[in-house]
Amino acid sequence: MARVLMKGCEAIAEAAVRAGCRFFAGYPITPQNEIPEYFSRRLPEVGGTFVQGESEVASVNMVYGAASAGTRSMTSSSSPGIALKSEGISYCAAARIPMVYANISRGGPGVGAIQPAQQDYFQATKASGNGGFEMMVLAPATVQEAVDLTYAAFDYADRDRNPVLILADGVIGTMMEPVELPEMKSDEEVAAIKESKKSWACIGHKLDYANRAWIQPGHWLTDEMQKANEDAEEMYKSWEKDIMVEEYMVEDAEAVIAAYGISGRIGKSVVDILRKEGKKVGLIRPITVHPFPYKSFDKIDYSKCKGILDVEMSIPAQFVKDVEVAVKGRCPIDTCLCSGGNIMSREAVIEAVNKIIEK
Amino acid sequence: MELIYSRTKTIQEDKVSGFCPGCMHSTVIKLIGEVLEEMDLVEKAACVLGIGCCGLHMDYIAYDNTTAPHGRACAVATGMKRTNPDSLVFTYQGDGDFASIGLAESMSAANRGENITVIFINNGIYGMTGGQMAPTTLIGMKASTAPKGRIAEEHGYPMHMCEILNQLTAPAYLVRTSCNTPANVIKTKNAIKKAFQNQLDGKGFSMVEIVTSCPTNWGLDPLDSLKFIEEKMLPEFPLGVIRDK
Amino acid sequence: METNLCVAGFGGQGVMTLGKFLASATCDSTDKNVTFFPSYGAEQRGGTANCFVVISDEMVGAPLGDVMDDLIVMNGPSLQKFLPTLKKGGTLFINSSIVSDQIDRDDVKVVKAPVTELALEMGNAKVLNVIMLGVYVGYTEVVSPEVVWGTIEHKLAKKAKLLPLNKAAFEKGLEIGRSQK
Repeated sequence: MARVLMKGCEAIAEAAVRAGCRFFAGYPITPQNEIPEYFSRRLPEVGGTFVQGESEVASVNMVYGAASAGTRSMTSSSSPGIALKSEGISYCAAARIPMVYANISRGGPGVGAIQPAQQDYFQATKASGNGGFEMMVLAPATVQEAVDLTYAAFDYADRDRNPVLILADGVIGTMMEPVELPEMKSDEEVAAIKESKKSWACIGHKLDYANRAWIQPGHWLTDEMQKANEDAEEMYKSWEKDIMVEEYMVEDAEAVIAAYGISGRIGKSVVDILRKEGKKVGLIRPITVHPFPYKSFDKIDYSKCKGILDVEMSIPAQFVKDVEVAVKGRCPIDTCLCSGGNIMSREAVIEAVNKIIEK
Repeated sequence: MELIYSRTKTIQEDKVSGFCPGCMHSTVIKLIGEVLEEMDLVEKAACVLGIGCCGLHMDYIAYDNTTAPHGRACAVATGMKRTNPDSLVFTYQGDGDFASIGLAESMSAANRGENITVIFINNGIYGMTGGQMAPTTLIGMKASTAPKGRIAEEHGYPMHMCEILNQLTAPAYLVRTSCNTPANVIKTKNAIKKAFQNQLDGKGFSMVEIVTSCPTNWGLDPLDSLKFIEEKMLPEFPLGVIRDK
Repeated sequence: METNLCVAGFGGQGVMTLGKFLASATCDSTDKNVTFFPSYGAEQRGGTANCFVVISDEMVGAPLGDVMDDLIVMNGPSLQKFLPTLKKGGTLFINSSIVSDQIDRDDVKVVKAPVTELALEMGNAKVLNVIMLGVYVGYTEVVSPEVVWGTIEHKLAKKAKLLPLNKAAFEKGLEIGRSQK
């Protein structure tokens, strides 16, 4: 298939359309404006609907409505806007509504910086809203991966009837890179997907209390609420099989870089550079940051490994907490961090790795 | 013997209403059910319930429904209706939901002229949470968060949603009714019918604001509550058609 | 082989377009990988604009390198800002029409082209970026000039009457670039 040069945000939107997404609602915020802009042009071409919501809050709730009525639907934002969406996301999780959303994350906290950052890790993976629900969180490191993960996200969302988050950063969102786009789902396929949700979609049914669509983000009875949470937990546990991770030259490594998203990509290029110098460096890059590939860290030979280098565009470090859980104290963990919209420097990573190796 | 009245089948028979004595939520949901049946719309109905006592209906109504996050019903309804134009999408929201926390969603959906119907229950108080002040609480009316009563200088004035939305160009139908007398109940039913018909005709945003009582939080018995509606609520919220395009 | 390029100038000088044309051409060439990363600020107009293009035989590691192999500078402030990032032995492409500052490094190659003046001579100030792209491609041949022109032609398909001017601008640039090798 021919490759085309696409901006990350636009590639994500196109991948969603190709996956059968026919409803998008969003609100402007840098650096993700190209996502709603792209959808506003593209969706009418395929019989879909774009709405610019009056706020991030309204947008996610429009998606709540469209997805609860059976349409593959998406919203997107950047960090502060994602915080506003957290209410709607929690409701979607509670009501078991399949939807996809993307965080093209920027500096924080507060209004933060409009430039790229990875300051939303805890929010994305641990508590994206109230109530302790979980989501699959997919973290692309290239525009191609953003395309592939977005395309797959709709399948995960439908399979589980749960929200899926694309956690990208401002670099992935704003950079252009050649991509190969996935196959466009035909109108028949899109219609079939919607048809398959008819039994539970809130669109009107024959009058029958037991079989009405009943999409509720909560329960009046405590035992029902507990049961719903137990069912959700079953689903969360089943994600073990869906873990995606890039393990790169880990076996003999004396230093292992642990990083996700754009930092992971930069980390990989550092491995290549240092391997050419004969230095034994490896990389573990979670692609699903939730569920987290803890077991990948068991593949490190701790008799040889002098240290792990956590690389992330967040101060304080957040991703490192999951790395600590995975490493279980088997070797020291150093960090290489930047924040505020600064982009991870390859030289800084090289220097930090060298420090570990020279120990 | 001729059957002249039967209970609407849209309310599940074996469910016991949790509403307080004298509460008009039961009246309104019955009217909605009757209208759905009479217009043969039950199988198309997609109801978006607001948070608060409105949400209690989820266990009683036998047709499709969801509950929106607090205040967001009009946004949820927008997503539903835009992707399924054949459904009859209506929200059922209280005054806190529609006129306070959901003001942006309500105004914006009305301004876009979304082809949905809003049933807006105005009883001047927060019910489920225990009688806190609402945007529609009358001046001088006591609330659990306004123990001295609503004071204009501190709390501002009751909000008139029909009149506020009447400033917008898009809405098709804005009407205020009540359920305090049998005649007004019939008028309310007719208003709901017209609002649903508007949606079928693709006319856009319709809202039926229904002035109702909350005997429990008003601290009045059901009969005195009817009197309170007549003497206090209706002078502040005059009934009638505000807009009919 | 990996080439890190930074293109910098005033907003309105077509800096981003220059970078995008080069990235698109690399994509069209099909045998190389490329990333284009715009540096963005809060302002819609004015100020400096810069972007980073990385062209590589392998997968591009960092879309924004710390050290540049090549630097295209369209105005004075950009020279001050980015010259320190140019590697030893790297190449500086300079719009000599308006950048008159002293270049206080002798460990880099300098390719000068008065692109603002040339563009004005050609009757359209806007083509200065296409001239500079020609200079860069002519000098480095990082992507073949034919492929780059093919990409420009494709991108400007809807503005066909601008094609002859742009063709002339690109070729003028190629000539300058080649002559300074």
